[in-house]
This record gives sequence, structure tokens and C-alpha cells, in this order.
Amino acid sequence: MPSPDLSILIIDENRIRASIIEEGLRDAGYSRVAVIHDVNEVGRTIQHSMPDVVFIDLENPKRDTLEHFFSLSRAIRRPIAMFVDRSDGAMIEKAVEAGVSAYVVDGLKKERVKPILDMAISRFNAFSRLTRELEEARSALEERKIIDQAKGILMKTRGLSEPDAYALLRSTAMNQNRRIIDIAQSLITAANLLGP
Amino acid sequence: MSRPLVTAGFLPLLDSVLLVLAHEMGFAAQEGFDLALNRETSWANIRDRAALGHFDIALMLAPMPIAASLGLSPLATPMVAPVMAGLGNNAITVSAALWSAMADAGAPGDLAAGPAGSALAQVVRTTGRKLRFGVVHQTSSHNYELRYWLAASGIRPDRDVEIVVLPPPLLPEALGSGGLDGYCVGEPWNSVGIVRHGARIATTKASIWQWSPDKVIGMRADWASRNPDLVSAIVRAIYRTGLWLQDQANRMSAAEIMARAPYLNLPVDIVSRALTGEIDGGVQRITIPDFFIPHDGAANFPWKSHALWYYSQMVRWGELPASSDQAAIAAATFRPDLYRAALDPLGVAYPDADYRKDGDHAARHATPARNGEIVLGPNRFFDGSIFDPDALDAYIASQKPDQA
Repeated sequence: MPSPDLSILIIDENRIRASIIEEGLRDAGYSRVAVIHDVNEVGRTIQHSMPDVVFIDLENPKRDTLEHFFSLSRAIRRPIAMFVDRSDGAMIEKAVEAGVSAYVVDGLKKERVKPILDMAISRFNAFSRLTRELEEARSALEERKIIDQAKGILMKTRGLSEPDAYALLRSTAMNQNRRIIDIAQSLITAANLLGP
Repeated sequence: MSRPLVTAGFLPLLDSVLLVLAHEMGFAAQEGFDLALNRETSWANIRDRAALGHFDIALMLAPMPIAASLGLSPLATPMVAPVMAGLGNNAITVSAALWSAMADAGAPGDLAAGPAGSALAQVVRTTGRKLRFGVVHQTSSHNYELRYWLAASGIRPDRDVEIVVLPPPLLPEALGSGGLDGYCVGEPWNSVGIVRHGARIATTKASIWQWSPDKVIGMRADWASRNPDLVSAIVRAIYRTGLWLQDQANRMSAAEIMARAPYLNLPVDIVSRALTGEIDGGVQRITIPDFFIPHDGAANFPWKSHALWYYSQMVRWGELPASSDQAAIAAATFRPDLYRAALDPLGVAYPDADYRKDGDHAARHATPARNGEIVLGPNRFFDGSIFDPDALDAYIASQKPDQA
């Protein structure tokens, strides 16, 4: 069962990712979720929300700053431990691989933190999947443009129809055991070198 | 047969030069392994990913594997350092405004730690607000060096000033925007502060403690014991790279490589300063031949006494209580035995002892060595104190009183 009384702070410079995690936590029944985008605001926010768990993304270069801040522990007046439990190697491994680093206030029971961390990890993973897919879509679009350009060159210089130009690119790629995009790129490079 | 691949983590710092050149110049390949270099964004990431085995080895702050072995860091995993990544390479930089106050208080601008420290102490006494200094990580040589300099100059680091942690590349900007009055960082981030934000170098690591250790090649203790041959190959590759880079004739090509996008991504003019020892302190240009020492004077040798010095500072600043057990763990983190085992096949000279005094030599001096002669560099602390690892408790006691 979620513990709605638990206070959770998310620090992520990436606003979209932060909001995805926040939404997940709220959906799971945690109502005391605060999000900040800059570690510099952490002092003020911590005074307000007194978090039991803090999430920061590993890309954030200010992790050192945050650790130092916690080690002074004036703000939260309690020592902190990183991750759920030092002995829980698999969980730590999963968290770091997903790109999340969690700071958990000492004395918080493992059973209460684990579901939150699990949720955060899966949301982090989902976000990186989205980013990757977006990246792939973008590069597919790029590839399409290059192939179109190569087809255009073939159509113009060899008098081919568009389907024939594409078929020529594809059969060349197959014969040379290379990708169509590579063949298209070489063709464009060659055409540029040979001039107009 | 393909060569084994060693994954290595590093931060954008000039100190990573031996690791980078081992890869770029083929010294790693020559020793039979390949390096996969991963640039990271924070020391905490380096530490954690090394602890989790994402990195086999990493460029680490010298106190970092010690802190991990002592259980001071979150994913406390015993770590070892079989080879040092050179000596020196840090400085303490201050804002133009703070420098002007220090100059009024008599700082000569020659980068000497003593007069600059006295001037700063006077400014601290007469300034209404607390000055704020940045360091790169809590258990960093920078934190301990800055504190050492402040304390020996009569400034109490935890009461008279504020010390905050920021990653190296963010320090110049923080100074420029007025968030910091000064910082202690490795090159090229002092020079970047000079060029981009009109900062001044107040003093250097080379002046606070001559020929002192800063970065190590660190790794998990269990990984090292499972891969003894690879560890030896890594030590030899770093040793050979250091030897190559010690030659001044190679410094500019090293600077050119380090300036590239995957490493520092900065103008070569800024990167080359520490490597050539031609430091522009913002007040005047000064030649400091010992600013960075990649190899000379057994610069790659992991003295156990140096691990103990860092331990003494951890105790001094209240990070852990003094105990002989803890001291033994700290000393065991640095592994001169692995260093010697790696170099034996090369027949080169290396120090006989694991421990040495520091602060007792103002000039170069010979030390007992195997396979020839080893000449160490001068090793003075700017306040004239002496660190004798045989009198560790006395040293710690002498540094205690009312300095925090």
C-alpha cells in the first residue's frame, strides 16, 4: 500500500521527465510530491517539504552539491543514506542503470521506500524509451531525406523513374552488403565531388 | 586475439591526461588492453558507477578510494589505488573583487601561498559578510587543500567562511555570477575563470604543498584482485604515459589532444597553461615548472603515507574519529606493492619504502630505491610543518585545536 504521508522530492533539470515521475507517484497515491529543477532551490524546498525521499537524475552534475548539502544535514536535521539500503545491490544497480539516484532519509523502512523507487525506475526507463524512440523517428526522417536526394540524382543522371531509382539503390546495397542509407550517402558525396 | 577492454570513467579535467593519452597515444594497446573512456558529469557518479562495476577503473580524487574503503561514501566498497595520475595541477582562484581586497591587504600576486593567505585572513576579518568558496567534492584533495591553506593562514574554514561543493566545470560560472568569491579546482578551470570572468589565481597546490598527490587511478579492491595481470598492465601504461608526458617537448601535443571535444572541449591556449607551466594568474604570467608533474620524482608511486595524510585531514575536519584501525584501512587503500609488481618486468627504478615524511625537503633529494636511483621533488608545506607518518597521532593532535 502506498503511504500517502511520505514526502517525496524530485530534482530533475529535465522538466518532462520530472513531470512523468511526479505523475506516476501521484497516480500511485503519494500526494506529498515536490518537484524542483535546480539544485540551488533545494534548501528552500527542503525546509518546506521535509522530504523522506529525494530523487535526482544521474545526469545532474550537481549531485555532489546535493550530497554535500545533505551531509551538512542542517536542513533536514537527520542523516541520510543513499538509495534504499546499502545492502540491496540489485536495486541500486537497477536505479543507477535507469539513471536515477535516490537519497533516502535514514530510518525509513525499506518496505515503504521500495515501491516508490521501483515506480521511479520504471518511469525513468519509460522516459528514456520515449527519448530513444523520438531519436529514432528523427533519424528515420533524416535518412528518408538522404535517400530521396540520392533517388533524385539517379533519376536526373540516369533517366530512371522513381521506383527504378529506389530499386537500384536497394540492389546495390544488397550486393555490397551495406545499408541503403550508406549507399545513398556515398552517392550524394560522389555527386558533390564530381560537381554539377 | 582481441585485447581485453577496460572501461574507465573520467571528468573533464586536465588530470585525466594520463588516462586519455594512454588511450590516444596507444600506451594501453602497447600493454595489451584497450580503454573505453566515459566522460561523467559528477564525482558522485564516478564513485558510484565504479562501485557498481559500470567502470572497471576511474580517474578519482586521491581521497575518494580512501573514503570508500573507510565507509564514508554511500556505496561504500573497498577500493584500491595502485598508481597515481600525477602530482599537482590545482590552484585556488578568487574573484576580481576579492583579489582587489587581497591586493590592498598586501597580497603580492606571485602565487605564493603564505602572503596570499595572510592577505585573505585580513580581508576575512574586515569583511562584513562570510566569503564563499567552492570545492569539487567533499572528500577531495581540493577541500582538504583549501582548508589547510585557510587554517594555516589563521582562518577557521567552518566558521569564518563558507565552503560549498560544485562540479569543476560549473565553478568559473558560479564565480562570474557572484555566487562564489573563490574556488579550489584542477586545471583548466582556474584558467577558464581568468579568461572568461576576470578572476585571479591566489595560490597554487604546488605552493601549498610541493609535489603533492591529487588524482589516482582507482578501482574496486575485488576487481583488482580478480584481474592482477590487467592491473599490472594498467599501472605500466600509466607509467609509460607519464614518462612520455614528462618530456616538455610532448606537452603541446598533449594539450592539443586534451582540448578536443570529447575531453575538455576548450581552446588549446587555455588547456596548455598547466601542461607547459606557463600560468597566467590574471595579475601576471608566472612560470611554474612544477605546476603539474606527470612522472618525475616517483609521481606515479602511491605512497601509503599520502593516504595517511588524507586520512589525517578527514579526522581533522570531523568526517571520522581517529582510530588506528581506520588509519590502517586508509593506508591499505594505496597499493605500492601492485605498483612494484607491475614495474618489475621493466627493470625501472622505484622507491623501496611505502612511507615517507613530507615537509622536510626544500630541494630535490634521493630516496632509497630498487633498480637504480629515485630522486624525489621538494615536499614542503607552505607553513613549514612536517608530516611524519610514524607520528600520525601527534600530527592529528597538533592540527586539532580550535581550527574548525
